[in-house]
Amino acid sequence: MNERNSIIGKIDWLTVFLYLALVIIGWFSIFSAKYDEMHPSIFDLSQVYGKQLIWIGASLLIGFIILLIDAKFFNAFSMWIYVAVLFSLFAVLVYGKATKGATSWIDLGAGIKFQPSEFAKMATALALAGYLDRLDVDLQKRKDQIVSAILVLIPMALVLLQNDTGSAIVFVSFIFVLYREGFPGTGWVMVAGVVAILLFVFTLLWSQKVMYIILGALLVLTLTYYLITKKKGIMKMLAVFAVMFVFVFSVDYAFNKVLQEHQRNRILVLLGQLDDPKGVGYNVHQSKIAIGSGGFAGKGFLQGTQTKYDFVPEQHTDFIFCTVGEEGGFLGTAVVVLLYVSLLIRIILLSERQRSTFSRVYGYCIAGIFFVHFTINIGMAIGLLPVIGIPLPFLSYGGSSMLAFTMMLAIFVKQDANRLKIL
Amino acid sequence: MGIFIAVGVLFLIRLFSLQVLDKHYKELADNNALRFVTQYPARGKVFDRNGQLLVFNEAVYDLMVIPKQAMKKDTLNPFDTLTFCALLDIDKESFVERMNKAKKESYLKPSPFLTQVSKESYAHIAEVLYKFPGFYFQTRTVRHYPMSIAAHTLGDIGEISAGELEKDQEDYYRQGDYIGKSGIERSYEKELRGVKGLKVMMVDVHNRVMGSYNDGELDREPIAGKDIYLGMDADLQAYGEKLMVGKIGSIVAVEPSTGQILAFVSSPTYDPNLLVGRERGKHYKELQEDPMKPLINRATSGTYPPGSTFKTVVGLIAMQSGSITPATCFHCAGPGSLPIKCTHHHGSSPDFANAIMNSCNPYFYESFKATINNPKFGGIKEGYQYWKDMTYQMGLGHKFNTDIPYERPGNIPTREYYDKMYNGQWNSVTIRSLGIGQGEVLVTPLQLCNIAAMIANEGYYYPPHLIKCFGDTTAIPEVMTTKVDPGINPKYVRIMKNGLRTVFSGSAGTARRYEMKDIAQCGKTGTAQNPHGNYHSNFIAFAPAENPKIALAVIIENGGYGATWAAPIASLMIEKYIRGYSEREDLEKRIMEGRISYKNER
Repeated sequence: MNERNSIIGKIDWLTVFLYLALVIIGWFSIFSAKYDEMHPSIFDLSQVYGKQLIWIGASLLIGFIILLIDAKFFNAFSMWIYVAVLFSLFAVLVYGKATKGATSWIDLGAGIKFQPSEFAKMATALALAGYLDRLDVDLQKRKDQIVSAILVLIPMALVLLQNDTGSAIVFVSFIFVLYREGFPGTGWVMVAGVVAILLFVFTLLWSQKVMYIILGALLVLTLTYYLITKKKGIMKMLAVFAVMFVFVFSVDYAFNKVLQEHQRNRILVLLGQLDDPKGVGYNVHQSKIAIGSGGFAGKGFLQGTQTKYDFVPEQHTDFIFCTVGEEGGFLGTAVVVLLYVSLLIRIILLSERQRSTFSRVYGYCIAGIFFVHFTINIGMAIGLLPVIGIPLPFLSYGGSSMLAFTMMLAIFVKQDANRLKIL
Repeated sequence: MGIFIAVGVLFLIRLFSLQVLDKHYKELADNNALRFVTQYPARGKVFDRNGQLLVFNEAVYDLMVIPKQAMKKDTLNPFDTLTFCALLDIDKESFVERMNKAKKESYLKPSPFLTQVSKESYAHIAEVLYKFPGFYFQTRTVRHYPMSIAAHTLGDIGEISAGELEKDQEDYYRQGDYIGKSGIERSYEKELRGVKGLKVMMVDVHNRVMGSYNDGELDREPIAGKDIYLGMDADLQAYGEKLMVGKIGSIVAVEPSTGQILAFVSSPTYDPNLLVGRERGKHYKELQEDPMKPLINRATSGTYPPGSTFKTVVGLIAMQSGSITPATCFHCAGPGSLPIKCTHHHGSSPDFANAIMNSCNPYFYESFKATINNPKFGGIKEGYQYWKDMTYQMGLGHKFNTDIPYERPGNIPTREYYDKMYNGQWNSVTIRSLGIGQGEVLVTPLQLCNIAAMIANEGYYYPPHLIKCFGDTTAIPEVMTTKVDPGINPKYVRIMKNGLRTVFSGSAGTARRYEMKDIAQCGKTGTAQNPHGNYHSNFIAFAPAENPKIALAVIIENGGYGATWAAPIASLMIEKYIRGYSEREDLEKRIMEGRISYKNER
């Protein structure tokens, strides 16, 4: 059996199928969103839909090449790839081009722009997987905890410095991986994170005073409970409440001083505190109209007035889900959501059957990354989350993201195909 | 894995509620992308009975501006104010002033920049208007009245009022739409206006038209309004208006065989073109404040005591009820008669024919008394009830409810009214003035004219109406083509008709001065006492006696005797209609130039 046949026989075709289905839906959606009667061919290379076809072709080619490369290469070179991407992130800070407030592009000339932050996610996943794969690394040890945290935090910080908050938030997904790999305390960090978000939201909704009263009442109840049951840990509980009080106390400050104005507005719009469908709430308002007007079966391919006539901004990139919703209706959106959830579950299932730590950790990393993109992008399009500009992998227009996400997935498929060779 | 499914399910629930349950977004998307452009139909034209044009639409062009688009900085093609001003023939100050006014109105919505641009300038400007973004022409039509006559009949159109909008059950009208306000514009609003069309256009986020929606599937072409032919004779109407200059009152003429109104003059009148276009409000106010009240249509809403013209009604009912016969004579002591004196000197005791010719007051009082006291009714109140019912059937005391706007019912008192007034104690003497058309009885010139038409037809009439036919084959409402028989035996009406002939032809006839050799006229004078000064001069007439072509009523307020003003005016109208011109030039001149002085401000 030669090497090539064994690859084709062993790769997980279900994953490849889900991937291709999403890519094709994305391509047709971009065509529809940017459809132009002067250029009615979906293959017209002068239009974004034609360009997306080039990116899809390039992605498939690179994905294929990845499948041919020795699986051990990525583990062995994970740190080098990581370092190279960190350099490119530095380079962006120095040479980068600013688009919409974020400086995340490097102009490579010939009309090709390169967005290193898209690749940083993959590189971080490789580096983290490579590091945790080392035999001497144990997440119970303080040193290894620090190193693995730093591996994530450095690229995250660099992306934040580019003022690309959306991409930075994606790095939060690595906490799922660290939790899965037994990084002590990460579970509590997640709980604390959820509690902090809830406190933040309710403080903005109800004002600090109300929150103090609610927290006070909870404190009294908790203390009574502890006093009656005579349980231990009352001091810890008091400390938790103290932190919560301080947090609520600082919400106003954080909201007004730390966040930028457009971020503040997006949060206020989401919470219904700010009603400005023509101004800061325009994107979400139009996006919801587009999706909502699709009805059950949609308006039909190329029939969406919201997207075709440019009422939704960024409709071929971050708001591509609108086109799916308007022209495909609930059927269309449900298919995309189900495809996505299936892909995520498939990646997790495949990860669980890996024999090497590298493959497993890497699988978890990319599942986390896709999941955060999926949640934030669709969540914002349907008005459940504030507007955070990150693409919907495989569907949104964009060369860097198309290439990066394809490579990310291809590496995993390769690792999986190779799993039986690892003893 | 659980969290993936949880988020997936959360999204699906949200999407289901957003897309399937909530229908609101579909509407919002349509609001975004669809522009519903109303297509206004052309309003129907109005012609007279011979096809002379009375009302038509005239196109006017308003130059509109959307300040935002006009003010947009475009460095490639800067706005050439100088050329633009030259094109419109305005100076720069005027340009700035107009633009500021438009901006003040609305920055984003179109406002008129230059209104009522002539057809010639329009063609010239429209050709190069594409160079000036934000400007476009809007075509409007205004009503135009080429003959400047019959203002009250034709009426006018104006912007719909809040009250009219509220009453619009069909939800047809929108704010700013035009609607018939008076005259036939109001009566035939539905037929004249046509049906609005609709064009559904798709626009993009920049409000650019991207094409029609679904290949025009929802588009509706407007349906033009129907043309209307009136029964009116425009030449006769114009002649009547000329005769009435300087007099307050009205002329109503109908064609007895159809009930179509031939002339409908209310004096003083006004030029209907005044209530058109931009100056409408100003002119309307002026007319409203005019002490002569030219806006009132006296032919339908002026109510007058009929005076002696009413003797026709009293006489016919008396004969029909068998209370008198044509041979019945009543004693007349001239001015010494009781309880009503006679204003004429004639021999006693007149029979019916003599009484009509001489307009003998005591005779008709006695006839009236004989009717209501007729033993066959079993009591004076029952007798009165019969009498009143008969007048109603002859078209008095109520509206005709055809197509004539602002009709007033006039007044024939009810039995209950007198019961209340006189505490139940009343008799023929109490209400004696009714017998000679005075007292509580009030009629409109239209109702009086109808009496003339009924006698001309020897016993029936068609409810008087304005329309002759529509421009298409639509039938006119049945009520106008349905013969009404008030229940008077034609043989009595013929006797009345012969009597009315002697008013002209008889040696003592009250209108004998206006007899013509070749046209046999019939008529009855009326000289009505009223609380506003001198007598009202009334006259009813029809001609020719055999196969009458025209029946009319003329009331000249404070004109004195019926024979002074009303009779000659009626006679001239008859001659004009039948002959086409008047041979009696002296009479014509005297009437046209005659002025009645009205001291009282009314």
